[in-house]
Amino acid sequence: MAVTVGQRTTRRAPELSVKRQGVRRFWPQYAAVSPFYLIFLVFGAFPILFSIYLSFTDWDGIGQIKFVGLQQYAYLFQDSRFWNAVGNTLVIWVISTVPMLFLALVMAFLLHQNIRMKGFYRVAFFIPNVTSMVAMAIVFGSVFSDSFGIVNSALTALHLPTVAWLSTEWGIKITIAVMVIWRWTGYNAILYLAALQAVPDELYDAAKVDGAGFWRTFFSVTIPMLRPVILFTVITSTIGGLGLFTEPQILFGAANGNGTVGGVNEAGMTIVLYQYDQAFSQLDFGYGSAIAWALFALAAVFAIINWRLLRDRDAVPKVTRRAKEVAK
Amino acid sequence: MSAPELARTSATTRKDRLAVVRPRRSRQWVVGRVVTHACILVGVVLSLFPFYWLLVMSTSTTAQIFGYPPNLLPSTHLLQNLRNVVANVDLLGSMLNSFIVAGSLAVLVVLLDSLAAFAFAKYRFPGRNALFGVLLVTFLVPGNLSLVPSFVLMSKLGWMGDLQALIVPGAANAFGIFLLRQFAQASIPDELIESATLDGAGFFRTWWSIAIPMLRGGLAFLGIFTFVTAWNDYIWPLVVLVNPGRQTLQTALAQLNSVYTTDYGMIMAGAVVSVVPLIGIFLIGSRHFISNIAAGALKG
Repeated sequence: MAVTVGQRTTRRAPELSVKRQGVRRFWPQYAAVSPFYLIFLVFGAFPILFSIYLSFTDWDGIGQIKFVGLQQYAYLFQDSRFWNAVGNTLVIWVISTVPMLFLALVMAFLLHQNIRMKGFYRVAFFIPNVTSMVAMAIVFGSVFSDSFGIVNSALTALHLPTVAWLSTEWGIKITIAVMVIWRWTGYNAILYLAALQAVPDELYDAAKVDGAGFWRTFFSVTIPMLRPVILFTVITSTIGGLGLFTEPQILFGAANGNGTVGGVNEAGMTIVLYQYDQAFSQLDFGYGSAIAWALFALAAVFAIINWRLLRDRDAVPKVTRRAKEVAK
Repeated sequence: MSAPELARTSATTRKDRLAVVRPRRSRQWVVGRVVTHACILVGVVLSLFPFYWLLVMSTSTTAQIFGYPPNLLPSTHLLQNLRNVVANVDLLGSMLNSFIVAGSLAVLVVLLDSLAAFAFAKYRFPGRNALFGVLLVTFLVPGNLSLVPSFVLMSKLGWMGDLQALIVPGAANAFGIFLLRQFAQASIPDELIESATLDGAGFFRTWWSIAIPMLRGGLAFLGIFTFVTAWNDYIWPLVVLVNPGRQTLQTALAQLNSVYTTDYGMIMAGAVVSVVPLIGIFLIGSRHFISNIAAGALKG
């Protein structure tokens, strides 16, 4: 598509010299793209390779690097604290992602109705997403505080029993999940809204002509049209969920409480928090790197599952579409 | 729902009923309308309440915050709380650091990414496709993977505790190049570049006087996005800024939170300072920001 300077010159002066001059005459383009590759090489690729090596070592960051082969990984597999962190991360991911995407869909649907002040609502829903999570984790910590939090105050005012949000295992997980939901529902709703607005009106008109009711239209037109963006949000929330760190670190980090990281029974210990704690509090760089690679493996597994879902689900409408064409 | 809106909806209902056009449906429609607005308002309140609550707490004394029933209105102790923050952490210094990091990253990313994006979008040069393929592959590299080795690298470079450890690694990124390349392909006509070339403008001249002005929307989005992300970044500054006297707002706030848990009013005043500039910048650019976020996801 792009008409390039190179081709132009070739057409105007069809000599071999163009090829000969070769790479050197494109120096401005190479200069333009090179910063990214230099930075990536030094601060992206090199650390990744180095971390593979580190995961096979025992190192506290100061003394001798000791090569220990697969020992760190062997330990990882039987480290109950690590598996607890994996379990926590997955539980928090599920109890945040499912309500979050459902609420986002509802909000998008409401905003899609012909209402006024849509611009204001979009901004209001989006603001949680751009704010400082450190500050808001502190706010949520006080909102859900066991003794004087406003949530428990409200429960007391309603004559309901209070919940020890920050000192019971499920309370901890729910508090973290609520923060994730608060932050990301609006973001996902905006994505769904944009997708809803991109659905051609003809499809709805056709459904109406065919006598489809509200729910029928919703499940046969709206949801299929939204499938790509729903999958996109599932994938991004998987990546975000596996990388959960700031919220539990602020509420249940090493410096808070009585030296226990992750809260009661480490119920708020996520994988990245465990990695951070092992590497930078316990100064176990080798094990920290092994945890990082285990996390990467987990992310890869989820990516494959997502990809499979994407592929299989895509196969279904194609078949039905074909069937409809045949039926005609 | 506001009063004139209510008036209008009921007017519509009456008109519909008079015309005997689907009378049952219009009543349903009114109910649906009310429910819709009620749900949206609940959503808005839930989205904004934590900010309001932050404001209330930052203006209260700790005793007021701990009190029952809680006072739901802002109090008058914001200045006192802010003074306490300044006495305990270098608030202005860390704010300046946050501005330096986020600001220089925004400028660097916009400049370096637009250069690369312009070259990829509008010029053909040997190895272009391969280079762009490599760039796409780097998307797959997860950030947290290299936390430990990056830390080691920074200490070997002698950058520990320095702001350049936060700036240099992020000065150009694949996301921005990819995004701006889409913009450039869609919005810069080849003819314009040809005529610039005929006029004797070289690559950099063409980039500066044609690509930069024509990509304004995309550059604004990328700049705000980079600023917001850098301002809010937490884990990397936490790892690298080992010197307690040199912090960004996020790490200073975390420090404040972990050390002075007895003075909640003060901590909340610090939190307000770390949130307000950001919200301001977002509100100014929100139009660009939100629609581009959505467009990026729909294409992706």
